[in-house]
Amino acid sequence: MTYDKRPEGRKFDELRPIVAKAGVIPNAEGSAYFKIGKTVAYAAVYGPRELHPKFLQNPEKGVLRCLYNMMPFAGMGDRVRPGPNRRAKEISLVTEKAILPFINLDRYPNAVVDVFIELTQTDAGSRCAGICAAAIALADAGIEMREMISAVAVGKVADKIVVDLDYSEEIYEDGHVADIPIAMGNVSQQITLLQADGYITREDLKKCLEIAKKACAQINEIQKKALKQKYEGSK
Amino acid sequence: MAEEKSSLYIKDKDVVVPGEILAIGLDYLPGFGTYRLENKIIASRLGLINVDGRALKITPLSGKYLPKRNDVIICKVIDITLNGWRLDTNSAFPAMLSLKDATSEYIERGADLSKIYNIGEYLMVKIVAVTSQMLVDVSLKGPGLKKLPPGRIIKVNPMKVPRIIGKQGSMVSMVKKVTGCRILVGQNGVVWIQGDTINENLAIETIKKIEQEAHVPGLTEKIEIFLKKRMEKKEKSDEK
Repeated sequence: MTYDKRPEGRKFDELRPIVAKAGVIPNAEGSAYFKIGKTVAYAAVYGPRELHPKFLQNPEKGVLRCLYNMMPFAGMGDRVRPGPNRRAKEISLVTEKAILPFINLDRYPNAVVDVFIELTQTDAGSRCAGICAAAIALADAGIEMREMISAVAVGKVADKIVVDLDYSEEIYEDGHVADIPIAMGNVSQQITLLQADGYITREDLKKCLEIAKKACAQINEIQKKALKQKYEGSK
Repeated sequence: MAEEKSSLYIKDKDVVVPGEILAIGLDYLPGFGTYRLENKIIASRLGLINVDGRALKITPLSGKYLPKRNDVIICKVIDITLNGWRLDTNSAFPAMLSLKDATSEYIERGADLSKIYNIGEYLMVKIVAVTSQMLVDVSLKGPGLKKLPPGRIIKVNPMKVPRIIGKQGSMVSMVKKVTGCRILVGQNGVVWIQGDTINENLAIETIKKIEQEAHVPGLTEKIEIFLKKRMEKKEKSDEK
């Protein structure tokens, strides 16, 4: 079987249309909106602020807490049951681990930086959209970041290597699908998130990583623009 | 060895974003908010870039207040302990005001400290020490440091405080003069305002405007015109 046409006539290495905005939630220290195709993520950063309960505090550096949450109406089919489920907890954890290596919280001992990621609408690639939004929100909140973090899903649908899978591709039935979300910094291109659903050969994985690098560079430009727009808009 | 040419990727006063490459080459030096990776200088904070000779440094545009020694800040009493008060500094770290730094009057052992400063009251204090673990000690001993009488408290972005105060306090004294309000600005972004309700509202609106347009050159004149218009409007409505 060959996979020769993507939905909406996208090229195999083409991202879905992206809209990014910084500073959308006035009460948060920093916030962002990130829309990729039909997936919409909002991120809000609060803090650094005091961390309670006290036993969670780290006297050497600040703590990062991420919360990934899909809203009840955000799914593609049935209502998503609200509250933390196994999947949401896992994604919260991997998001935290994807972001932490690139931010510096040394100046905030015993404090916490909270990142809340809410998804109002999803069409696959939600953890990547969440990470992209969180990165913009953290920069907007004035947190020291060594690099900007961008994330994208790459994979293989039947015989083709594709970037930024949507839901119809994730559930493609006429061939095997591999779905690999990747997050990386824009300078060193160090990878901090690499999960895989389905199986893929070593050669194909290498190709996927190459294509992900290019896609992340594109996303990084959009993130940069979103931040500059907020502050230069009124200039 | 042939000398490699260094190149600058940004202009002075540009907005830069974390992870943005500012310059390549060893001729430039990384300052605050930037770091060097091999031969590149990279931004690590969101802010305005200052090209100061060879040094590149960033003036942050956002972020919470970080307590610094000798800053005069406005704090809220959040707790009373055996030997002093715990204050909220509008940052991630609470401050301690010990009895000895609070007053020179004699206080009896076991006296009720809530009679002196109660929870919820605001104080104008000076930071005397900040440790590596960000334990903050403040003092009430110094000119202008006191408990604040009833008034209104607003919070502004602490990075914009210098603009609100203006050069030698020119901006804030102008707002004070025109609105007739008493205004105190803390380095931590807490502002205390006292006056007539209408004037208080105007002062708050003005300060919010200054905060929003902090990067506009010639802001003092612009605010002066804004205040003048508002006062004329008010006088007209008073006549009616």
